[in-house]
Amino acid sequence: MIGALPRRPVSGSGPIILLTVALVWLALVIGAPMATVFAQAFAKGADAFLDAFKDPDAWAAIRLTLLMAAIAVPVNAAFGLAAAWSLAKFDFKGKSLLLTLIDLPLSMSPVVSGLVWVLLFGARGWFGPLLEAGGVKIVFAVPGIVLGTILVTVPLIARELIPLMAAQGTDEELAATTLGAGGWTVLRRVTLPNVRWALLHGVLLCNARAMGEFGAVSVLSGHIRGLTETLPLHVEAVYNEYDFVGAFACASLLAGLAIVTLVAKTALERAGRVAAIKGSAA
Amino acid sequence: MPGFRLAFGFTLLYVSLIILLPLAALIARPWEHGLHGFVAAVFAPRTLAALKLSFTAAALAALANVALGLAIAWALTRYEFPFRRTVDALVDLPFALPTAVAGIALASLYGPNGWIGGALANLGLKVAYTPTGVFVALLAVGLPFVVRSVQPVLEDLDAAWEEAARTLGAGPLQIAWRIMAPALAPALLTGFAMAFARGAGEYGSVIFIAGNMPGVSEIAPLVIVGKLEQYDYAGAAAVGGAMLIVSLLVLVAVNAAQVAFSRRGER
Repeated sequence: MIGALPRRPVSGSGPIILLTVALVWLALVIGAPMATVFAQAFAKGADAFLDAFKDPDAWAAIRLTLLMAAIAVPVNAAFGLAAAWSLAKFDFKGKSLLLTLIDLPLSMSPVVSGLVWVLLFGARGWFGPLLEAGGVKIVFAVPGIVLGTILVTVPLIARELIPLMAAQGTDEELAATTLGAGGWTVLRRVTLPNVRWALLHGVLLCNARAMGEFGAVSVLSGHIRGLTETLPLHVEAVYNEYDFVGAFACASLLAGLAIVTLVAKTALERAGRVAAIKGSAA
Repeated sequence: MPGFRLAFGFTLLYVSLIILLPLAALIARPWEHGLHGFVAAVFAPRTLAALKLSFTAAALAALANVALGLAIAWALTRYEFPFRRTVDALVDLPFALPTAVAGIALASLYGPNGWIGGALANLGLKVAYTPTGVFVALLAVGLPFVVRSVQPVLEDLDAAWEEAARTLGAGPLQIAWRIMAPALAPALLTGFAMAFARGAGEYGSVIFIAGNMPGVSEIAPLVIVGKLEQYDYAGAAAVGGAMLIVSLLVLVAVNAAQVAFSRRGER
């Protein structure tokens, strides 16, 4: 083993062509759309940009978007920890089936992730008549948007935790138990500190997806202005009214969220690597 | 180890309510008008055209991403250049950027007055509001899947193999084909499959640029939305179920191919 090749400065025609192709392509498919968002948002100056946020519906959409993240992230974090605890630390039959089911939403179209809740709770859904009799509204109301968002983001935290907790094994938890620690103490003092970087990583991804989800939420929302529109749906509605500055102004908030997510994610990955190196040195 | 009952119980309850129950509805409801109803919904010319567009565009975009994703992963792991870490972080942007934002940005960029669309229009090419627009949108969606599955393999690839091959007189093409390709193939396959599955179901980044003309540039998820608007739950479930089945079949095929690859590697 001599390990991986070290990175080399670019020299020679082959590497220069390859690097140019790679960078030009990234600029085209990622840089250009991103630049478009901000260019269009400020196309008519800062005042026009700010006007987009004088619309009370925009604020209602921002509040609903924050609410989605505030529900989906903690619920899926709790699920991710419980799933990782049982899948990574114990052996039982049907493990791979359970893993497949948890991953399933990743291969589903977001529209299908919204559709399934309509099939259950819509006007002609299995539980539709029952809900109507009880006066409860799920589809075309906030609870439906919550369900769609949760389904789309289910795997994101669990997938970060399961492989890591499986690799860490049960030695440290068993040692703590032998020393008399209860289950919650073991979770709080041993397991959580060991997985904190991966958990935060999953939380970031889940948060970004929960705030930005479009397809599932679009099917379940009913598009009632000021009531059931999240920020991405508000962007669509404003865009379809040909108010491009307004649409891109709201979109620039979401693009800003994406950039903050990436910066935080990169910082987390570096912190995680440093912690791993310190841990192996200790 | 404590806590199995509580953790497993909660996991099972959550999976049942959030994944299994909805899945049961998706499996059960397409058959409400019998097998005939299912066939009529999925094989109607408009639905079939949409399914074909979604899956063909996703496959072509995933193929293009295998080539370009490999080039980007290669540049990121083998070369040192200014802002390398920033470029590396930017690859994940399509994961983090809400699809509706990408959608309106692409529509504006490739529209007749956009930076790229305007230039293409001078050449007589039209991308926005055509099936090509679907393909272009999916190029961005799938890219990070390929880069992120190939990159760790390239980073771990032991240089000793390449050195040994070179010492034994292998040329660059031989090294690429005999040493690199077998090592990278499983990761490229995984990247392809994930980009394909995501692209086939993609909605937000596509609908703004596609034009959504029935039978021409209408994607499959939009057909589902249309059926739901008409309260045709069985038809919507049939198309949604068909999409999920095709995506799962592709994932199963890719898994099987990977098992075959790793067996060949052992020999």
